[in-house]
Amino acid sequence: MTELERHSYDVVVIGAGGAGLRAAIEARLRGKKVAVISKSLFGKAHTVMAEGGAAAAMGNVNSNDNWQVHFRDTMRGGKFLNNWRMAELHAREAPDRVWELEAWGALFDRTKDGRISQRNFGGHTYPRLAHVGDRTGLELIRTTQQKIVALQQEDHAETGDYEARIKVWAETTVTRLLKDGDRICGAFAYVRETGRFVVFEAPAVVLATGGIGKAFKVTSNSWEYTGDGHALALLAGATLLNMEFIQFHPTGMVWPPSVKGILVTESVRGDGGVLTNSEGRRFMFDYIPDVFKEQYATTEEEGDRWYTDPDNNRRPPELLPRDEVARAINAEVKAGRGSPQGGVFLDVSSRLPAEQIIRKLPSMHHQFKELADVDITKEPMQVGPTCHYVMGGIEVDPDTGAASVPGLFAAGECSGGMHGSNRLGGNSLTDLLVFGKRAGDGAVDYVDGLGARPAVPEAEVEAATAEALDPFTRPDGENPYAVHADLQATMNELVGIIRTAKELETALEGLVGLRRRIAEVGVKDAGPGGRGYHPGWHLALDLRNMLIVSECVAKAALEREESRGGHTREDFPGMSPEWRKVNLVCELAGDGGVALRRQPMPAMRSDLLELFETAELKKYLTEEELP
Amino acid sequence: MGYLAKFRVWRGDSGRGALEDFEVEVNEGEVVLDVIHRLQATQTPDLAVRWNCKAGKCGSCSAEINGKPRLLCMTRMSTFTQDEVITVTPVRTFPVIRDLVTDVSFNYAKAREVPSFDGGDVGPGEFRMKQIDVERSQEFRKCIECFLCQNVCHVIRDHEDNMPAYAGPRFLMRVAELEMHPADVLDRREIAQDDFGLGLCNITKCCTEVCPEHIKITDNALIPMKERVVGRKYDPLVWLGSKIGIVRKPDDTLPA
Repeated sequence: MTELERHSYDVVVIGAGGAGLRAAIEARLRGKKVAVISKSLFGKAHTVMAEGGAAAAMGNVNSNDNWQVHFRDTMRGGKFLNNWRMAELHAREAPDRVWELEAWGALFDRTKDGRISQRNFGGHTYPRLAHVGDRTGLELIRTTQQKIVALQQEDHAETGDYEARIKVWAETTVTRLLKDGDRICGAFAYVRETGRFVVFEAPAVVLATGGIGKAFKVTSNSWEYTGDGHALALLAGATLLNMEFIQFHPTGMVWPPSVKGILVTESVRGDGGVLTNSEGRRFMFDYIPDVFKEQYATTEEEGDRWYTDPDNNRRPPELLPRDEVARAINAEVKAGRGSPQGGVFLDVSSRLPAEQIIRKLPSMHHQFKELADVDITKEPMQVGPTCHYVMGGIEVDPDTGAASVPGLFAAGECSGGMHGSNRLGGNSLTDLLVFGKRAGDGAVDYVDGLGARPAVPEAEVEAATAEALDPFTRPDGENPYAVHADLQATMNELVGIIRTAKELETALEGLVGLRRRIAEVGVKDAGPGGRGYHPGWHLALDLRNMLIVSECVAKAALEREESRGGHTREDFPGMSPEWRKVNLVCELAGDGGVALRRQPMPAMRSDLLELFETAELKKYLTEEELP
Repeated sequence: MGYLAKFRVWRGDSGRGALEDFEVEVNEGEVVLDVIHRLQATQTPDLAVRWNCKAGKCGSCSAEINGKPRLLCMTRMSTFTQDEVITVTPVRTFPVIRDLVTDVSFNYAKAREVPSFDGGDVGPGEFRMKQIDVERSQEFRKCIECFLCQNVCHVIRDHEDNMPAYAGPRFLMRVAELEMHPADVLDRREIAQDDFGLGLCNITKCCTEVCPEHIKITDNALIPMKERVVGRKYDPLVWLGSKIGIVRKPDDTLPA
């Protein structure tokens, strides 16, 4: 039997980005003993990549803003496929979650009267994003990280042990959730540095593992984003919701090849940047869809006036929701009007003085200068769509974050429902905070309500150990890097931004072959001790998760015969009110594969429905659903 | 466009190790981390390297390239000639775990010793701060915790015995960040000197030079902190004010 450590906690949080840290803070504030399991070092999570800001209707810049307006924007952005209760909770609670960060030491940019400044962003009616230049995610992660340290200092003062109630397990990866009967009883993990195994015994687990971008070739996501939480939940018997919806951020870098996909913040457009094609045309005016006709400027003059006089002008179409902009860029490039490096032009140099660009967009200026040798104060950037965010995720109870498996909770990107078919920029950071806190609370309430705690069955641990060691049994097996590259190519080419039944069927066949190959990948021992900091082994284990989420995405994408938000079917270009009533749910099939079923969308509460004009609702809902 | 580059990469663990030579393909626009990844994918799947965002935002991939502390993801291959041998070694100040990965737990231990932000009695949503006042600390909060400043600081790089008494530039800057935070109510000048070893810093500016975020650590954090410490010690009015509780922060003026 392989040696392993055992540790007991009340709540184990898997993932140390914004959602995980916020959940952990909440559970600790309520007196629980908490472990945070982080795939990377503490403070490096993908949340640091978030640039633009955190959307919260504080009304600091435009006092007309309130939670109802934010709710409406979120539902429109998600094309009404959002779980309305999540969108409501998010819009109501986001301001408190942002103010709380400030009380923990965050330093947001300020308005003239000293309050938190807010910026414009795609799909948001009013300036709504609290921000710190274009590094808001870093501020969020650092603030929650430092809040955890503050709590550890309190515990140290009381008990002499910093880790008495909250311990961060850095560079530790969970490979299986453990169950006692039908309930969660813990998690099985390896510590990267040594490769040794750890069993976490805990009645409640919060998944906050982020996204799935590494299943795609061109992505803004970092190596950790391998769909771990999605796959762990599915394997433990939970359900995944609407996995076909993937956000391709319209503006990723397209050159040099090694940074292809790295994000260019939407703030560039929020602060005045425009998109042009090779003919110099601001092409977004040609792509305003009917549902948004009333809210967007139809001339460049009006669009430009909006930046200084938003009350009397409509916003420029560069600020349409991300799915619209990504499709438009894709279409321009396909029509042969792209930039030399295969994207389109994003220009802020002719729109703002250099000094303002450097002040408002410091990390973009830095990023282009260092990585592409482009000075964005002097010349346009070249940008194109990049896989950025998965709207689909673990199906949860909106109020508590509880998944369908008792003891399992989820928050942030790995959970589903909140963003519908398309997420608005800025809604992610506040999603992390609002539902991170709620999942923390949900887990604590669950633990408090338990009679006897579950125990970890030995057979579960043995199975998880064998699974984790399996790649070492084939030292001459296929190289995991080669299989990963093929998986990414399959997903990028066949399940990308524009989809057809034929390509999706080809992708699913390809995934069958990849499933066989993934079962056969192998790695050799890395020096003495064998498993310490062994990236090939880590990837071999991550492949299982990426395959599972890829199968979910491809199956759901084939099933949904309409185009909506982050799911565009060339063979079904229209948005269908009938399909809006349908959630697609993935779960584990008997043969270990993925099964898909349809589930009705819950009807929106009437007071929320009344926030919309009937004329607008007609664009989304069926006749019978109208009030 | 592509060519074969000569790489020397340090391989080994805490016990022993050596430089290993590789020839590896390089393409236009690549950075050193791309080349390390190509080594992993094609020649040495177990080559250990720490990285995350590959965009200079997370501060994970710190190492030394031809002896210079750098982020692997922000070092472009075009800065080297094609026949140059590129030597990649782990950061020197921290113990090696394996290959290019080091044990940076020293930094997390120091982070835990810095007294946290204390906003006093102001409630959430009630803070009012001027942009010009938040900008000083905002500069320090750009820090991505790559710990290159910690690595290069000779106070600990060359004198391991200073580690217990010295927090290093990153955490002296954290003290400065909180000291200059417009809403923080603690006086952090004494702890900077007594608990975190500010006096050991002799402002050689090595930390500023290697900072990938171009934070002026020495000029804007360390020197002003030194001045504040001196001000508190030697200015009789400030000393008296702090004793009777009417001066809390160093930039407070005495009430008229």
